[in-house]
Amino acid sequence: MAVLIDKSTRLIVQGLTGKEGTFHAKQAAAYGTNVVGGVTPGKGGTTHESWPIFDTVQAAVKKTGANASVIFVPPAFAADAVMEAADAGVALVVCITEGIPTLDMMRAMTFLKAHPETRLVGPNCPGLISPGKAKAGIIPGNICQEGRIGIVSKSGTLTYEAIHQLTRLGLGQSTCIGIGGDPLIGTSHIDALKLFAADPETDAVIMIGEIGGTAEEDAAAWIKGHFKKPIVGFIAGQTAPPGRRMGHAGAIIAGGKGTAAEKMAALRAAGVKVVQSPADMGKAVTELIQV
Amino acid sequence: MKIHEYQAKAILARHGVPVPRGEVTFTAADAVEIAKRLGTKVVVVKAQIHAGGRGKGGGVKLARSPQDAEKLARGMLGMKLVTHQTGPEGRVVARVLIEEGLQMQRELYVSILLDRAAGKPVIMASAAGGMDIEEVAAKTPEKIVRAYIEPGVGIVPFEARQLGFGIGLEAPHVNKFVKVVTALYETYLATDASLLEINPLVVTASGDLLALDAKMNFDDNALFRHPDIKELRDTAEEDPLEIEAAKFSLNYIHLDGNIGCMVNGAGLAMATMDIIKLAGGEPANFLDVGGGANAEQIRNAFKILMSDKNVKAVLINIFGGILRCDVLAQGVISAVTELGVPVPIVIRMEGTNVEEGKRLLKDSGMNFTTADSMDEAAEKAVLLAG
Repeated sequence: MAVLIDKSTRLIVQGLTGKEGTFHAKQAAAYGTNVVGGVTPGKGGTTHESWPIFDTVQAAVKKTGANASVIFVPPAFAADAVMEAADAGVALVVCITEGIPTLDMMRAMTFLKAHPETRLVGPNCPGLISPGKAKAGIIPGNICQEGRIGIVSKSGTLTYEAIHQLTRLGLGQSTCIGIGGDPLIGTSHIDALKLFAADPETDAVIMIGEIGGTAEEDAAAWIKGHFKKPIVGFIAGQTAPPGRRMGHAGAIIAGGKGTAAEKMAALRAAGVKVVQSPADMGKAVTELIQV
Repeated sequence: MKIHEYQAKAILARHGVPVPRGEVTFTAADAVEIAKRLGTKVVVVKAQIHAGGRGKGGGVKLARSPQDAEKLARGMLGMKLVTHQTGPEGRVVARVLIEEGLQMQRELYVSILLDRAAGKPVIMASAAGGMDIEEVAAKTPEKIVRAYIEPGVGIVPFEARQLGFGIGLEAPHVNKFVKVVTALYETYLATDASLLEINPLVVTASGDLLALDAKMNFDDNALFRHPDIKELRDTAEEDPLEIEAAKFSLNYIHLDGNIGCMVNGAGLAMATMDIIKLAGGEPANFLDVGGGANAEQIRNAFKILMSDKNVKAVLINIFGGILRCDVLAQGVISAVTELGVPVPIVIRMEGTNVEEGKRLLKDSGMNFTTADSMDEAAEKAVLLAG
C-alpha cells in the first residue's frame, strides 16, 4: 500500500522548465510516476518535454487533476511556491529546494496551518519514493526494492545509504521519506511514523535523525506510547562540535541542546534499537524482524 | 553570519533601540580623541571579537581618563583574547569599541530567536542580566520568561508588557521596556536575524533603558537580500580554510583530527565523521561536496583537504545518486594526477554506475584503497593515517 505516494499520484512539477526540474521530472516519469504537467509563471500554454506548462498551480490542478506537487524552484521563491500549491488544494507538496530563508519558511508554515488538507514534505529534502510505484523528488530509484520496510530521514544521502543496505540484505521498502534537515519542516518524524503505524504494508521502520532541535526526542516520547512496530534508529553528528552548523541549517548543537547523545538515549528509552554505526542500520532491521 | 558588537549596535540604533554613545577604532592613538568626544568621566574600552565572555578574559575595561583609554586600547589591540567561547587558541583583537560610561541600576536580559518546536520566534527575558544565560537556564529556569510571537500577527504590546512585569520591572520602566522589545522584534524581522541577544539591557540611574551589549547572528540563507549586512562580515574572525572552501561552494568545517573526509550530503558527512571516531580515528574536517558535485568540485575539495597539514589520509565516501560513481572516479583520478596528493586515499562509493567507477579506479594504476562499506572504509583510513 505504501504511504503518501503510489500509483494514484498525479504529480506536477513546480519549476519543471528548469534544469533540475526537467532532469528529475524525466527520472520520475521513467520510474513509472504519473507526471501530469509543470508550473512556471510566464510559460503557461507552452509544452516542455511533452508536458503541458501552466502559469499557476491553480490552473494546473484544474486542468490535470494533480494531487501532488514537487518543487524545484530557487530558494528566494520556494516558500511562495509552497503556499501557492497549498492554496490550490494540492494534498501532497514536496519541496526539494535547499537554502530557503527561515523567516520565509515561518510565513509558509503559518499559511499551511490554514490549509490542513495539504501536507508539506521538506524543504531541503530528497523527497519520497514508494518503490515499484512512484516517486517525487531525487531519491535514485535504481537502489530501491519494493517491500515492507519504511524509512524516515532528515538526511538525503544517508537515506540512500539505508535503502542500499536494506536492498542488499534482500529487504525491500514500502516508502522512503526524506523529511529534510531545516529548522522548520512540514512533516516531522512523528508525522511520518504515524503514517507507517497505520500502513498494513509496513512491517518495520528505520528512523534517521541528526543533531539539532528536539524532533527526535519528541518522536521518542510519541513512540513509547503509540508505535508498536520494530524500529531502528540512527543519529548523525555524534562527533559534531557544538555551535557549528553541520551543513544542514538545522544541524547545530546550540546551548548544549540537540546533542546526538541525548537523542540516542531518548530513543533507546522508548524501545528503539539505536545503532551507533551508520553501517549497521540494515543489519539491525534483520535482527529485529527475525525475533 | 556573525557580526561585531559595534556593528550590531549601529543596526539596532537605526531601528530605534537606545544604545550607549561610542565609536570603534583600529588604533590606540584614536582612543584619546574618542574618549574626549564622549566626555564622560569614565569610558569603557571593549575588545571586538566574535565571541562572548570577553569581560572575564580581560577584553572589557574601564578608563578614568582619555590617556587611560589609550593605554587600555593599546593593551587590547593585537592581544590574543581567550574566552570560554574562543577555545584555547583565542582570537586576536583588531578593533576596540570605546563607549560612554553609564550609572547602572539594573541589568536585564532579552533575546529573540526561532523556537523550532513551536515554529515561531520566541522572546526570552530575564531579570538576571549580565550573566551567562545558559547558566541561568540550567540553575534557575524560573528566572527566564518567554513570549511566543505569532508570525502572522507580529509582536503585540501586551506580550512585551507581560515580559516586563514578568521580570519584575516597575510600571514606568515597563513602558520603556515595551518600546525597546518592540524595536528589537522589528529589527529581528527586518534583518533576517537568526539570533538577537541583548545581555545586558541596562536600566540606568536616570531610568533609561539601553542595550549595553549586543549580539546579532544572521540567517545565511537570507543574506542575498541584505547586501549591507553581508558587507559587515569580518573574515579575520573565520577559519581561512573555511573561507577558501566557501568560495568553491563547498560546505567545510575544520576540525582537529588527521583523516580528511570528502562526502556528499550533510547527513552522510556527519555519519562519516562518526564512523571514523568509532573506528578509533579523528576526522580532520566535515566536508559536504553537495549532491550535484562534478569533477571540478572534487579537485577543489582535494585542494582544501591538502591545505590542512594535519591530514594524513583521505577518506572519500560518496553515495552516487545524481553524482554518478564513474564521474566521481574520473574526478578523483584527474585531481590526484594534477595535484599529486601525497597521502593515502581510501575510497568507498556506492550507487549509480558503481562498477564502472571501480573499474576506472583499478585501471588508473594509482594506489587507491577501496572499500565496500562505510565501516570497512573507516577502519582502513584509520590504519593508514597511523
